[in-house]
Amino acid sequence: MPEPMKPARWLADYGMILVLVLLCAFFSVVTYSEQSPTGEAAARQVVEAVLKAVPNGARVLVVASDQPGDAVFAARVERDLKAAGAQVLASVTGEPRNAREALQKIQAAGGSLNAVAATRVAGGWRVFTDLASDFPSLGSPRMITPASYRWPHFLKSENLLNIANQIAVIAIVAIGMTLVIITGGIDLSVGSLIALSAVLAAGFIRDRAGGVSASTGGMVLGCLLAILVCGAVGGFSGLMITRFAIPPFIVTLAMMLVGSGLAYILAQGQSIYQIPDSFVWLGRGADLFGLPNAVVLLLVLYALAQLLMSRMKLGRYLYAVGGNAEAARLSGVPVRRVLLFAYVASGLLAGLGGVIMASQLKSGSPTYGNMYELYVIAAVVVGGTSLSGGEGRMLGTLTGAFTIAVIQNGMNLTNVESYTQKVVLGLVILGAVLLDKLRQGRWAR
Amino acid sequence: MSLPSPSVSLSSTNPTNLPLLSLSGIVKSFPGVRALRGVDLQLNAGEVLAVLGENGAGKSTLMKIIGGAHAADAGTLAIDGQEQRFQSPQESRTAGVAVIYQEFNLVPALTAVENIFLGQEETTGGFLARSQEREQVSALFQRMGVDVDLDAPCRRLSTAQQQLVEIAKALIHKARILVMDEPTAALTSHEVEKLFILMRELRRQGMGILYISHRLEEVFTIADRVTILRDGGNVSDCPIHAITRDQMIERMVGRPLDQEFPSRRVKRGGPRLEALGLRRGKAVQGVSFQVHQGEILALTGLVGAGRTETVRLLFGADARDAGEIRLDGQVLDIRSPRDAIEAGIGLLTEDRKLQGLVLRHPIRENFGLPNLRRWCRRGFVQHRRESAELDRYIAALRIRLSNPEERVGNLSGGNQQKVVLAKWLARDCEVLIFDEPTRGIDVGAKYEIYLLMNELVAAGKSIVMISSELPEVLGMADRILVLHEGRITGEITDVAHATQEQILQLAHA
Repeated sequence: MPEPMKPARWLADYGMILVLVLLCAFFSVVTYSEQSPTGEAAARQVVEAVLKAVPNGARVLVVASDQPGDAVFAARVERDLKAAGAQVLASVTGEPRNAREALQKIQAAGGSLNAVAATRVAGGWRVFTDLASDFPSLGSPRMITPASYRWPHFLKSENLLNIANQIAVIAIVAIGMTLVIITGGIDLSVGSLIALSAVLAAGFIRDRAGGVSASTGGMVLGCLLAILVCGAVGGFSGLMITRFAIPPFIVTLAMMLVGSGLAYILAQGQSIYQIPDSFVWLGRGADLFGLPNAVVLLLVLYALAQLLMSRMKLGRYLYAVGGNAEAARLSGVPVRRVLLFAYVASGLLAGLGGVIMASQLKSGSPTYGNMYELYVIAAVVVGGTSLSGGEGRMLGTLTGAFTIAVIQNGMNLTNVESYTQKVVLGLVILGAVLLDKLRQGRWAR
Repeated sequence: MSLPSPSVSLSSTNPTNLPLLSLSGIVKSFPGVRALRGVDLQLNAGEVLAVLGENGAGKSTLMKIIGGAHAADAGTLAIDGQEQRFQSPQESRTAGVAVIYQEFNLVPALTAVENIFLGQEETTGGFLARSQEREQVSALFQRMGVDVDLDAPCRRLSTAQQQLVEIAKALIHKARILVMDEPTAALTSHEVEKLFILMRELRRQGMGILYISHRLEEVFTIADRVTILRDGGNVSDCPIHAITRDQMIERMVGRPLDQEFPSRRVKRGGPRLEALGLRRGKAVQGVSFQVHQGEILALTGLVGAGRTETVRLLFGADARDAGEIRLDGQVLDIRSPRDAIEAGIGLLTEDRKLQGLVLRHPIRENFGLPNLRRWCRRGFVQHRRESAELDRYIAALRIRLSNPEERVGNLSGGNQQKVVLAKWLARDCEVLIFDEPTRGIDVGAKYEIYLLMNELVAAGKSIVMISSELPEVLGMADRILVLHEGRITGEITDVAHATQEQILQLAHA
């Protein structure tokens, strides 16, 4: 067999990260367009401009439309202007009609107006185009809107965080899947366990912890319970595999059906949404430097998993069992315990994934996680872990998960319809495995 | 015995005295290794040519080039004087070459007939002509004088039978060049004799046989000519009667060899490991023995006598039906290899590729596997200690490698075995069990392993050694136990005056 050429080898080693970077670059170029700041960033800019234009005692009208982030804008502008000694005559969030009413009211009150602080959209309303002739008594108010700039939509921090948030569940479950696949196994039950966990957690909060008025303790208890049950299911799979030597594919296929069925039974086929609002803390909150909590959790888990696989005895054992179980056993590796660990970990992480998903969607439903096992396996495989076991890297899986997320997100931004997305995603998975084969070609003599 | 005769076609295609197969100036490189540096080789019709050389000398690569599995970087390969460029094993086979690798190329679930015709099934109207195939094979086996179950899946056949299936495959495909890699490595001496009879018959009918072996005694029995390779080049090419065994070894190793087995002073202490009435199914039927401190105890017998099975019970690799294991008088509760290792017993398995090493993993990780607990703090591996220890053993055992992070599968057989040795030596076991420690290893590396065994027993350790090579047993052991059908059938304490015949007598019980 001919040796792969040098560039090919380089491509194979850093291939997936390179592909990810190229994808990001591609979507950045495609979504490069006129952007205007929104929310707080826009507010800061506008306030600064108002104060510069009218340094002392400005009389200002604040106008925002009803797009997401506009309420924040209006509130922030009002607060900051007042703090700086300016006078906010009115703050409007809504439609042009509301702005006109506000202007009329100001004119009726007989005061002058120095400036209109508006969002980019609101600043373009017809009502403001001819202020001087429409409302002569107001003087000549300055129109101040946030400056626009050109920037890729894809690279906006909201979008990037959005990607990370969307992939959090898959990426976290993929940690467990990577462990299992490195031992040479597979875990098909994770998708069902996500549903089971979400239903269990939501169900516990509704029935045992007081529903919408549940305490934090009750919610934590419900989540822990759900995660532990999933860990137990993983442990059961592990026992079947290690004690009775049933192939992992069969065992976890069975548990996939069992888990999904149980989720439907427990939820009686319904969604469970009697959950306190504070339950979304995990899935939608962002406490640390504006990073979503789910993303922080994801990063922490990957750091721990990477440490486990690269530095710890257990990690070495996982690789050895996948590489050659018999040689590992004859070297004193507790093969059964190692395998059991992998399946329990996979179950626990799938449970955690379910809890996060329930938190993101503020409900629990047996339909959650449908087909997720395949996306998770895809993330692992795209990340370069071989299904034959013994090889693979945690950070590869993270790259894989992000590759999938970026492709999905990029296609959403560029309005690719969902059917086409599926086709593209399928081909990407195939391409990634092809890349991996290239890498292995180096060793095939 | 008369076989489907290739000599008819031979005489028609080879009227002049051209060699059947001739290689000249064959060069082949792998990343970082120059496996072959211009090798010449000639094989005539009706001749058995032995190709000798240490591990890593390039024999396997050469064989793969002949078999079409690798393409040479430079040089020519000619059959009947016609240059060939094999792009695949199929092309080589079509040209009349059959290669029998050490790991057989049989589909375990298919029968002998199905395997023999695999890829060129006889069909009538699209349907398999099964009875026709079966008749052909059965007739062939009859002429070969062998008895192989035609309907059993190949995985149920013995090694010798599987080899016969491979040979039959070559004959059905009208091969004129037969390349055999270590064909006798896994055969009993009786089976080896039968194989040689068959090989002589094939030779008589004009087949050219290229035969690779580490067993020099056999080379003298069967070969007409030897070609010796060292470091990827030819060092010798001569008729068998023009060379002595010692010369062979010297040319393979590249330096004169004083003796094959290093000598040592025996300091035998009290009994350490005791096995009492070990039993498992039919394989082990009540085996009891003791190993003393500072002693090398050899377990020998025919393949299948229950030697490996016995030591696997000692090591906890298989569960025993009955029996007790004691170390220094203490009864050990061994249920798994982990327990045995904990108690201070190590096993170097017979099959290092399947049982001894994780081939795709780095040398360092393989070395560390049984020792991690010693280099661990709170579950974290202390890489520096591991690497330092490995460096020590690389130097002490003279393991030839470019980088400890290299895959262990890339090393030559001898160096792989040294890695296995290193990992157990680092564990500092009290009793080490060596199952065929020198199988598939060249002469130079063998000597180093013998030296190491001597050092171990001199340091007060005990060694149980399983070996099928009788010279090795006689040269190394302090005491010999012979097994037959799961029982000990004899003990030889006066090894210095023992003979191979004596052992064989006991082995056939």
